[in-house]
Amino acid sequence: MRQASLLFLVRRLVQVVPVVLAIAAVNFFLLRMAPGDVADILAGQMGHATLEFTQQLRREFGLDQPVYMQFFYYIGKLLTLDLGRSHLQQAPVIDLILDRLPATVILMLTSILIAIAVGIVLGVAAARREGRLADTLVSVTALVVYATPAFWLGLMLIVLFSIQLDLLPSGGMYQIGAGRTGLAHALDVAKHLVLPSVTLGLFYVAIYTRLMRASMLEVYGLEFITTARAKGLSETTIAWTHALRNALLPVVTLAGVQFGHLLGGSILVETVFAWPGLGRLVFDALLQRDLNLLLGILFVSSVVVVFANLAVDLIYGLLDPRIVHK
Amino acid sequence: MNGLALFWRRYRRNRGAVAGAATLALVVVAALVGPLLYPVDPFDMVGRPSQPPFGRFPLGTDVAGRDVLAGILNGARISLVIGILASLAATLLGVLVGAIAGYYGGRIDDMLMRVTEFFLTIPSFVLAVVVVAIFQPTVMTVTCAIAIVSWPSVARLARGEFIAQRDREYVKGCRAIGMPDWEIILLQIMPNALPPVIVVSSLMVATAILTESGLSFLGLGDPNLVSWGYMIGVARTVLRTAWWMAAIPGAMILVTVLAINLVGEGLNDALNPKLRRR
Repeated sequence: MRQASLLFLVRRLVQVVPVVLAIAAVNFFLLRMAPGDVADILAGQMGHATLEFTQQLRREFGLDQPVYMQFFYYIGKLLTLDLGRSHLQQAPVIDLILDRLPATVILMLTSILIAIAVGIVLGVAAARREGRLADTLVSVTALVVYATPAFWLGLMLIVLFSIQLDLLPSGGMYQIGAGRTGLAHALDVAKHLVLPSVTLGLFYVAIYTRLMRASMLEVYGLEFITTARAKGLSETTIAWTHALRNALLPVVTLAGVQFGHLLGGSILVETVFAWPGLGRLVFDALLQRDLNLLLGILFVSSVVVVFANLAVDLIYGLLDPRIVHK
Repeated sequence: MNGLALFWRRYRRNRGAVAGAATLALVVVAALVGPLLYPVDPFDMVGRPSQPPFGRFPLGTDVAGRDVLAGILNGARISLVIGILASLAATLLGVLVGAIAGYYGGRIDDMLMRVTEFFLTIPSFVLAVVVVAIFQPTVMTVTCAIAIVSWPSVARLARGEFIAQRDREYVKGCRAIGMPDWEIILLQIMPNALPPVIVVSSLMVATAILTESGLSFLGLGDPNLVSWGYMIGVARTVLRTAWWMAAIPGAMILVTVLAINLVGEGLNDALNPKLRRR
């Protein structure tokens, strides 16, 4: 048993290697398609770098060599996390990214947890009242939320909760200059997190609700539910302990495949709420036409998603041992 | 009963889908004839900035005194054009990859599916942002960027359909009479594999419109054309004093995307009747 799990882990880790190499290849291709010399972009100065510096970069990245050698140099640099420099920010790209990554991770995790929790509750509730008013209401709401652009929803929530009702802050991660520490700081961050995470999470609430409802209805059709009913168990017990456990697996799978999508949504939502994460960095990079920073963000975020998927796979393997032995 | 009548009878049963089709028809008409009936240049400064709706201008003016209604009508064109083109391009590419992978199987299938999964893994919106930023934002580049990040789901679906069909009797018959592979793929299997693909690509128009609005909100839209996302981005700066300026284009996106999703579900009921009631 333990050996099988270890083998599964090793096999999944080995599968990550070609994917990371492919991400590097896409980055290299996009870098070559960008206007201007690769060294100019890497120097992040678009023609304003000192001659010695660009020359040094050309040597470092082997730009005087044939294309395939350049590719190997580039990959070597990426694998040591040397992503070049950002011009206006005057810092190595990797430092800028690592500086912003935690804020994005906090936002993404909060959103997905909200989405899963609310989605499960609503989905189960709708399935138990199939065809009745509550079910229809949940389904219609999910359909509308599904069609709402998240960044616009965020703006409308700001109008309602920050401007009209003055209940929640409209942007940022904490009150600047307040100098709070410890618990007070955490509470301040939590307060700033409410609107962005609800905005980002709502779309996934819609998805999980629909999925959970369908999954529950499917499980309700199975024989062991009939058995449970025949034993005289209450409908509440059947729903929350018998059916839910079996209906949960598709939800876990979906949470895994959606990290990439979530990260994309996070860019827009962070821009709306001035949340100091990767998304905000993308927006700044776009304003300053900082292509090297953008490519760095694409590389790092792709790698993060690959490893997040790996983590979900491993958790899934623990939840459902059949996967490991397949 | 002929095919079209049967199709309509099945489609009509889904009331949401009928409402969606009617709404979508309105948006399409607005996009087609709106700018002709209301010939105001959406970039022209026509009045005082930030006027509320229902005054001198039906939907008010934006921060630069431009007519919001003119922007909405012209923006409808951009949304629909990019949504439809991107979905078509993604469908073509996805069906091509999926058909080849599913029909031939084996190593070709393995290779193509690795590529497909790779594109499903990387954060699609980030990739779209980088592609548009590198190639400069135009209708063409935005469409291509959205198509590049959208084709994998079609490929997976088409592959499944082709795998289900490739060993059927009629395909074996075609091979036996020496029909070339391309003819079997395009003329024999394709018509059977297409219905679910049509449903997915109609839903993809909605996703493409959402992606386009996100890109142009970030400033990655064609600078010579007004789009709904761009209008929201502009209105953001005056959210405190003129919330309606951001609300109107966003509501248009919501209504259009919702209508397309409803139509997609109706198409699903009508084209894949066996899958109904799931």
